[in-house]
Amino acid sequence: MIIMLLEFFKIGLLAIGGGLATIPFLKELSLTYGWFSLEDLSIMIAVSESTPGPIGINMATYVGFNSYGIFGAILMPLALVLPSFIIISLIIKGLEKYGDSKLVKAIFYGLRAAVVALILVVVFDITSMALSINMYPFSFNALALILLIVGLITQIKFKLHPILLICISGLIGLLLKL
Amino acid sequence: MELFITWFKMGLFTFGGGYAMLPLIQEEIVNKKQWATEKEILNYYTIGQVIPGIIAVNTATLVGYKKQGVFGAIYATLGIVLPSIIVISFMAMGLSHFIEYPVVKHILNGIKIGVSILLIISIYTMFKKSIGDIYQLFILLISLLLLIFTKFNIVIILLFALVIGLIINFTKINSKSGEDI
Repeated sequence: MIIMLLEFFKIGLLAIGGGLATIPFLKELSLTYGWFSLEDLSIMIAVSESTPGPIGINMATYVGFNSYGIFGAILMPLALVLPSFIIISLIIKGLEKYGDSKLVKAIFYGLRAAVVALILVVVFDITSMALSINMYPFSFNALALILLIVGLITQIKFKLHPILLICISGLIGLLLKL
Repeated sequence: MELFITWFKMGLFTFGGGYAMLPLIQEEIVNKKQWATEKEILNYYTIGQVIPGIIAVNTATLVGYKKQGVFGAIYATLGIVLPSIIVISFMAMGLSHFIEYPVVKHILNGIKIGVSILLIISIYTMFKKSIGDIYQLFILLISLLLLIFTKFNIVIILLFALVIGLIINFTKINSKSGEDI
């Protein structure tokens, strides 16, 4: 159990760039220890796209549960999260001290612009997935596009709570058999 | 406790990774609770991206820390992680084929559209509030081109943006001082 905890701690320490960055590490884990198969991993990637929660956390929970029951399901994700938790504690101390300095502001000035670009790409990816856009040959789900536009206008006008909008869109998906 | 519940809610309703959480963060953290400003959230996303770990979790930890110190960070982190633990534990008990049911598929396809709607609005407000001048817009466009047309690692692109930002700032400070960034 200690080895497993340490392995997930290591992934948490080394995977920079979010959930997807954990996949190569998880692959290695599967090959080295056989705690889960590569097929398990690909199923979990699909599941993580359609359930709440990041892939790394999901895999850690899954592996922990299969080996040590509910106890493992709780401990493994925590081992994964611990490194960033420690790093953040250190960073935020520095931010509190120097956050208002010209240098820190100048650092974030450029970074913020790049992160907006990053999010733009993600928004585009998620939207084209929602509309099932295909490039070669070009095709998309017209009904989904109409729903997207109607939804956008509705949301701009009425400003529903995001959770309410997600529930409604799930319901509409069910009713229209999207 | 409030921190825990807020982030639990967000963990539960985030489909599609850390960035999909953005609309919920804007609504709950920025507008309703006013725990952080739009700019701060974007700074947290930046930090979350460049340090190891999962962006969604990192952002939660940062907001929690800012609000209530170490304990706030612990509550927020547990809150965002717990929904996945619960959902995946159920799946591990043998319900793993639930995503193959057509009913579930229809609902998820609907949710994907909903998430897109929220994200488009979010990125628009985020853009308006955090891109302050023409230089920042320039950095944004360059980063966008690099992201789409090259295979550079994200960390490298971020570093690149950081350096350009610094250069622009220092030349700006020399020409007209005292402007807030």
